[in-house]
Amino acid sequence: MDYFIELLFSGLTRGSIYALIALGYTMVYGIIGLINFAHGEIYMIGAFTAFIVATVLSIYGFPLLAIVIIAGLAAVVWASSYGYTVEKIAYKPLRHAPRLSPLISAIGMSIFLQNYVLLSQTSDFLPFPALIPDFAFMEPVAHIVGSTDLAILVTTVVVMLILTLLIKFSKLGKAMRATSQDRTMATLVGINVNRVISATFIVGSSLAAIGGLLIASHIGQINFYIGFLAGIKAFTAAVLGGIGSIPGAVLGSLILGLTESFATGYVTSDYEDVFAFTLLVLILIFKPSGLLGKAANQKV
Amino acid sequence: MTTPILEVTGLTMDFGGIRALNAVDLEVNSGEIVALIGPNGAGKTTFFNCITGIYRPTAGDIYIFRPDHAGRLSLKGLKPNQVTERGLARTFQNIRLFPKMTVLENVMIGRHCRTKSFLFGAVLRTRANRREEEEILEMSYRMLEQVGIAQYADDNAENLPYGAQRRLEIARAMATEPLLLLLDEPAAGMNPQETIELDRLIKEISRAGQAILLIEHDMKLVMSLSDRIVVMDYGKKIAQGNPLEIRTNPAVIKAYLGEEVNA
Amino acid sequence: MFSRKELKKAILTSLWFVFLTMPIMVIKVDAIERTIYWRWLNSLYMAVGVFTVYLLIRLYQHRKNSRQSQAGESGPSVGFLHRLLQNPRQRLLLFAVVGAVVVIFPHFTSTYQVNVMTTALMYVMLGLGLNIVVGLAGLLDLGFVAFYAVGAYTYALLNLHYGLGFWAVLPIGGLFAALFGIILGFPVLRLRGDYLAIVTLGFGEIIRLVLENWGEFSKGPSGISNISRPGFFGIELPLEQAILYTYYLMVLFVIITIFVVNRLQDSRLGRAWIALREDEIACQAMGIDKHKTKLAAFSLGAFWAGIVGVMFAAKTTFVNPASFTFLESAIILSIVVLGGMGSIIGVIFGALILILLPEYLRALSEYRMLAFGAILVCMMIFRPQGLFANIRRHYHYHKKDSSEHDSSGQDFPKSQPS
Repeated sequence: MDYFIELLFSGLTRGSIYALIALGYTMVYGIIGLINFAHGEIYMIGAFTAFIVATVLSIYGFPLLAIVIIAGLAAVVWASSYGYTVEKIAYKPLRHAPRLSPLISAIGMSIFLQNYVLLSQTSDFLPFPALIPDFAFMEPVAHIVGSTDLAILVTTVVVMLILTLLIKFSKLGKAMRATSQDRTMATLVGINVNRVISATFIVGSSLAAIGGLLIASHIGQINFYIGFLAGIKAFTAAVLGGIGSIPGAVLGSLILGLTESFATGYVTSDYEDVFAFTLLVLILIFKPSGLLGKAANQKV
Repeated sequence: MTTPILEVTGLTMDFGGIRALNAVDLEVNSGEIVALIGPNGAGKTTFFNCITGIYRPTAGDIYIFRPDHAGRLSLKGLKPNQVTERGLARTFQNIRLFPKMTVLENVMIGRHCRTKSFLFGAVLRTRANRREEEEILEMSYRMLEQVGIAQYADDNAENLPYGAQRRLEIARAMATEPLLLLLDEPAAGMNPQETIELDRLIKEISRAGQAILLIEHDMKLVMSLSDRIVVMDYGKKIAQGNPLEIRTNPAVIKAYLGEEVNA
Repeated sequence: MFSRKELKKAILTSLWFVFLTMPIMVIKVDAIERTIYWRWLNSLYMAVGVFTVYLLIRLYQHRKNSRQSQAGESGPSVGFLHRLLQNPRQRLLLFAVVGAVVVIFPHFTSTYQVNVMTTALMYVMLGLGLNIVVGLAGLLDLGFVAFYAVGAYTYALLNLHYGLGFWAVLPIGGLFAALFGIILGFPVLRLRGDYLAIVTLGFGEIIRLVLENWGEFSKGPSGISNISRPGFFGIELPLEQAILYTYYLMVLFVIITIFVVNRLQDSRLGRAWIALREDEIACQAMGIDKHKTKLAAFSLGAFWAGIVGVMFAAKTTFVNPASFTFLESAIILSIVVLGGMGSIIGVIFGALILILLPEYLRALSEYRMLAFGAILVCMMIFRPQGLFANIRRHYHYHKKDSSEHDSSGQDFPKSQPS
């Protein structure tokens, strides 16, 4: 039973981190219909920024709480700046190009950012400092559920709540929803579509940065390549839930996290990544609109 | 004597809860020009999309009568390319050419379903393949001459003037040797001079024995061309007859001008 | 030349990039030694670099705009090489020169150079194969490397277990890869373009991960070594001659590939591919079987990748899963995109540039993948048609009734100098 609960929590933890990344995919897809292939790299850059800032601060002897807050803020600020810049450079000029052009550009951006980090930092795995302390009240259950797991779950829930409120009630959220339904119409009613798209990239990148920070301190090491796999898996989750749908992304992420956790726990861990890829291929073939997505009909 | 070519009965199409087509009957006979008219949103293009296999109709039957085939052939549930193979070819309301291919190649694509060569023929360039290519080329060029845009043959389709693009779509559809040619608003966006030329072109094509079904908003063109007119409104057929009958039909006037006008 | 406003924007942009690259390019920490390296010089490079690049891009845009307003709407300018190729006499001369260089090249250079060139030629072939799928049929295949792996492992395994030779496996490897293409293509080819791209990527990764994890089948990450080199009528050649022989074989294969692709793209099938790329719905409405046509392109591309895979295994005599990562697919895609989608000469030049340049400019080889990424982005933004735009063939029309053909009309349909 303990094992089951352990797997359950590790699945939920995984799932919530996938969700933080998957939301960026789904929001961008909802607004400009692009698979933002470089999104995984934004997450990786968030993790690296947090790593650098946290290590520098800890060398200077800052207290843990200050390190967590400053590193987290730095990760969010820089990741969203990268997200914003990537959109301006690689996607905005291609807004009216054939559908595959921005996708190829996104793949290029992804490879570029990976190697940019590789060249400026290192290709080795770097030890990520443990930013989340072991909480005293978690002591009795620590062998099943770690403090990091709890911190990740709580952070994710809080972030999701803020996001939901933002999208439901803020002016920006309304503009986002309008833009995703009909971009031309949104322009006509006076929404600055370019600004909405930029905002979407900033919000999505911030979420990815938080995810990057959390997972890096959970796993304890990072390298330049972590974005690729995490990105693909989060994308799988977004598609599973129905790309373009925000609750879908969360649902899909949790399902993917849980199934991965149980499959590796009870079956075999050799094929962990094969599993996610197979799931991705199967959903796209049999139900490309996902669990909560709408099937798109092309107008003739 | 006229023989039937297309017979559509009870064609119905639902999109979610919305009934875009409601039990529409329609037939076209050989050599005829039939016009399908109606206010915007009446379901005319949906009708085209249903009979050409782009949409799958909810209910109803579509039959084509081929001279080389006894009895009728059902088109229901076939894919668009199979429908074209069986003898319906269409143009599109918002032009859908292959922009990066030359004008001649666009028409050559129309010959695709009447020719056979595949991988090996293409690579080995066999005698049969060469003969076929020659035939494709000759027929396609003739089509371009017929619609009067042969001088553009080697230009990319995207560089054609608007009227010529519409003509190219017609030539491309004609190249499939259709029993029935479907034209979806061929005069849309044309100036009066171009419309007059189009009127002449369609009449010429018709004189050669081609049966035509067209959707059109330009009433002058419709009245000048059609042997028969079918009027649709809210997904239903509300009237049919020759141009004179339609012009004076109270239901048609009501559909076009609104409820408050008494005919 | 530049207005004050533009200069100000250039400065702001470079400041933005200095900020952006601040933590990652400037700070390097060693968490174990607990030391920090501040590399402020990088910021300076960044500022100057971005400033210059920004102004260069502005300059390029100015020139492009003024050229457009001068020339009005002129058609795409036909490149020098295209003009050269369209004149039959010049074409023959060009082929003769290229042929001579290709034949004598190995006799003036080292074995190492020959090996490098053989690799480059393999990428030419891979590029031409992917070009059928991406360039002609418009199907973005991000898992092309999977078929390459299938070919390579087919040879490696058949050679290991049954001792089958290169020539016996060559067609098997190709057909086996094509079969994989059909099996995958059958369900996925009805997907929309961007989904297709991701599914193929997923498929490519699945193949690699299976090869890595299924040790009993593929010997896992350590791979299979001691694969036989191509046989020469049953004679075992000494190493140096075997390398030379592989090189000439590769040249032959590339020539065959060019011949086949060239014939295909002006055939009924080739036209259908291009039409499909341009507009799927119109294409179907014109009577083209979308599924069959896509499947033909997909499996033909896979076949080519399989053949090159066999070649690769025979050349290196060693295969392991690390040679078949997603990055490999991305490199092949870069070749096609850089050269110009659908253009044969484009792909050849693309492969030679991207594979040989980092090889000869050793200093650059570290920045290879960075450059590949940048190439994909820049090509999409500034020159989506690639270095060599694919120019459609113009057909000569001969009237049927005038049975006399042009004196030069033996190769029908023939191209026409424009």
